[in-house]
Amino acid sequence: MSKERKIRVVIAKPGLDSHDRGAKIVARALRDAGMEVIYTGLRQTPEQIVETALQEDVDVVGLSILSGAHTTLFPKIMELLKKKKLTDILVFAGGIIPEEDVPALKKIGIKEVFGPGTPTSTLVEFVRKNAPKKR
Amino acid sequence: MPSSTQIKELVQGVLRGDKRSIARTISIIENNQPEAQKLMATFYPKTGKAQVIGITGPPGAGKSTLIEKLVKELRNRGKTVGVVAVDPTSPFTGGAFLGDRVRMQDLSTDPGVYIRSMATRNNPGGLAKATKDASRVLDASGKDVVIIETVGAGQSEVEVVKVAHTVIVTLAPGLGDDIQAIKAGQMEIGDIFVVNKADRENANKAVSDIEAMLELTTEKTGWKPPVVKTSAFTGEGIAQLLELIDQHRTYLKTGVLDERRKERVENELIEALKEKIAESILNDFKDRGEWKRLTQKILKRKTDPYTAADELLAKPPKPKTKKKT
Repeated sequence: MSKERKIRVVIAKPGLDSHDRGAKIVARALRDAGMEVIYTGLRQTPEQIVETALQEDVDVVGLSILSGAHTTLFPKIMELLKKKKLTDILVFAGGIIPEEDVPALKKIGIKEVFGPGTPTSTLVEFVRKNAPKKR
Repeated sequence: MPSSTQIKELVQGVLRGDKRSIARTISIIENNQPEAQKLMATFYPKTGKAQVIGITGPPGAGKSTLIEKLVKELRNRGKTVGVVAVDPTSPFTGGAFLGDRVRMQDLSTDPGVYIRSMATRNNPGGLAKATKDASRVLDASGKDVVIIETVGAGQSEVEVVKVAHTVIVTLAPGLGDDIQAIKAGQMEIGDIFVVNKADRENANKAVSDIEAMLELTTEKTGWKPPVVKTSAFTGEGIAQLLELIDQHRTYLKTGVLDERRKERVENELIEALKEKIAESILNDFKDRGEWKRLTQKILKRKTDPYTAADELLAKPPKPKTKKKT
């Protein structure tokens, strides 16, 4: 029979910044931890990200943003996830996000926000621990 | 684990084309959950309507980008499309990086398109074990066309022939000369050959190399694989490629498809039987005392696996399901 179920993750780049080194490092780290990582590419709209999460039946969504538009884009993404009844998906974020914005983001359901310099092992552990166990 | 009501809802969802239900069903099959076989049994009678196109070729030939253009053109013609895009699983970590969607971004919010990225999970041949069943789920969900993208294929990844009606081998200029074109494997499975990135240098040379190779084919069938130049960048050749796909479909309808289907069904039945027989017999062997004893013997190098296998076979176990007499 099947072994442990694979954790499926979407790593997405919402908004208009075109720097995805961080996103690729995260994707690579999760891949090396045995997960199946779907990368969306740059400049995604909230609709595209949520559609991708739905069609790919993922357990986790990781959002990477550097443009400063997180306060408008993230709430939109969380709202759409709710609308599509994808509330069991674990959502985390990373990039350049000021400390003072984090509480508001957590309030709308983003489980954790990781800044630059976060060791990839912390991230892997976080995803393993918080990904929904069964669906 | 889904309850039986949830399964019923899933089935109904798939049949009316609901993307969430399709996504969840494919996961169940991919993870080989206990419900998978029953689900596929439910969908099987609803399949056989979609046109299944396989796209294969080496990494970087532009398969994903070509698919995006093809799907857009198909959408213009009013067709609904499902895509299964396969990328490799790491044999070392079991993880995978699935990047085909990057080239298909514009399609993700189109209600008439469903795209699924799939890791091979170390299945050989360029497809995942679940790819065929995933294409059937998309077929049952009412998609007019199902496109299967293989992993960036080497010379021997040819499994897609067993799943697709029309196989498109995608190449690009500069990947190899006429010696590469004559090699076995990939170059034998194309119903249509595409030289992508035709906006680049040497595209005509690539076309003539492939045409020269095809000239040498001695097997006479009613279909001579055409070679078409495309550029996903400029859009050149995309409409022509679709015309060729349609022509191939017409050719298949002259009875070729029925013949192939019969062959495929037989092969699939053999595969299914093999799997089940192997599983049940192996389990019987493993249940016996000799299994442990022989494993230990091999470990201690007192015997070798082949001699031990002979010893086990000398006293084959009785099949679990006895025939009624």
